[in-house]
Amino acid sequence: MIDKTVKNVQEACNGIEDGMTIMLGGFGLCGIPENSIAELVKKEVKDLTCISNNAGVDDFGLGLLLQKKQIKKMISSYVGENAEFERQLLSGELEVELIPQGTLATRCMAAGYGMPAIYTPAGVGTEIAEGKEVRNFKGKDYLLEYAFDADFAIVKAWKGDKAGNLIYRSTARNFNPVMAMAGKITIAEVEELVEIGELNPDEIHTPGIYVHRIFQGEHYEKRIEQRTVRPKN
Amino acid sequence: MALSKEQIAQRIAKEIKNNSYVNLGIGIPTLVANYIPEGVNVVLQSENGLLGMGPFPFEGSEDPDLINAGKQTITTLPGSAVFDSALSFGMIRAQKVDLTILGAMEVSESGDIANWKIPGKMVKGMGGAMDLVASAKNIIVAMQQVNKSGESKLLAECTLPLTGVKCIKKIVTELGVYEILPEGGFQLLERAPGVSVEEIRTATAGKLIADENIPEMVF
Repeated sequence: MIDKTVKNVQEACNGIEDGMTIMLGGFGLCGIPENSIAELVKKEVKDLTCISNNAGVDDFGLGLLLQKKQIKKMISSYVGENAEFERQLLSGELEVELIPQGTLATRCMAAGYGMPAIYTPAGVGTEIAEGKEVRNFKGKDYLLEYAFDADFAIVKAWKGDKAGNLIYRSTARNFNPVMAMAGKITIAEVEELVEIGELNPDEIHTPGIYVHRIFQGEHYEKRIEQRTVRPKN
Repeated sequence: MALSKEQIAQRIAKEIKNNSYVNLGIGIPTLVANYIPEGVNVVLQSENGLLGMGPFPFEGSEDPDLINAGKQTITTLPGSAVFDSALSFGMIRAQKVDLTILGAMEVSESGDIANWKIPGKMVKGMGGAMDLVASAKNIIVAMQQVNKSGESKLLAECTLPLTGVKCIKKIVTELGVYEILPEGGFQLLERAPGVSVEEIRTATAGKLIADENIPEMVF
């Protein structure tokens, strides 16, 4: 097996530079790579293009990078939870490309599957179809959408082994597996890093071949965006 | 009287067939889960990667790793399955999900829907809505028919940027239940209790088709 471990988050994020395109896993604040985001804030890298389903909230997740104006462009599907984001967008400080969530996921998947593009019906006849190739299959129109090209993908998993094999937990899986497959360099931060051989091969979600650097993260806050409960009785 | 949001959800719940897979959007559609009739077996799909969405957790058992597409803490049920976002939209695109219920800002008489952007004012994004409306076999829209300034949102043509084209078949609002006809137009199927066809006509900017006797909704 090939050992993919790095000492810490600093070593994991080594090589991330101004102007790069970075993919970040997570849905809302669920399953986001908290340690790596904090490190990007600390590194003060700027002019980043970030591909992520959401943009965090004002003071957590990608919102931390937005606060520091480190992001030049966001590629996301839904950004409703972040007031600072909306302010920067409407004032023109931030460039934003909004794309359908399924298209976002599938453009990641295509990159990981070695396919240059996919056809999807999402957005046909809307403003996001402008300038895109439309092709008709069996009487229905589809848009040509290209695989993403990201310098780094940063994902968060529940468990990982030193060979880079990853297992996600519950709906914290979301975009993480497809983004793990799509980075030129993929960084995985995990809650628990185990020895090679400790994970059951049948239960691996992301095979280690896609992962270049793995480390065990610290102090996961796992903030809940909408705490909804029912009373006990 | 015009329906409350809960009553809109309650009326929509009656449309759900036994043994079906259903995706509920954010807002009024989320409330539909509270009114699914007894004996109707439904598997709820949440596009962030879950089939078999259960109720909210009991206080104290919230799991930050387990949320729905509205980012609310939820639970799983026996037989639930978790998957990644690409697979989630794979099953949506492949029409494995039987019914999609979502909100709208505007719907046109030809079945176009707008629900993701108000240029210059509000930009939240389309989330999974464009994927859902482009592929769903059956879509029901839950919406307020009249906005706060009294303007109708059932239009001849949408004025806001579109989410999907000619894809909506049924709409439930605070005033009525409508079917979009293949040739265009809102066919009124049911009225909210105590709401007249004339009131509905006033609140419909697009083409309204209403027969003589339109029944009131029954709950």
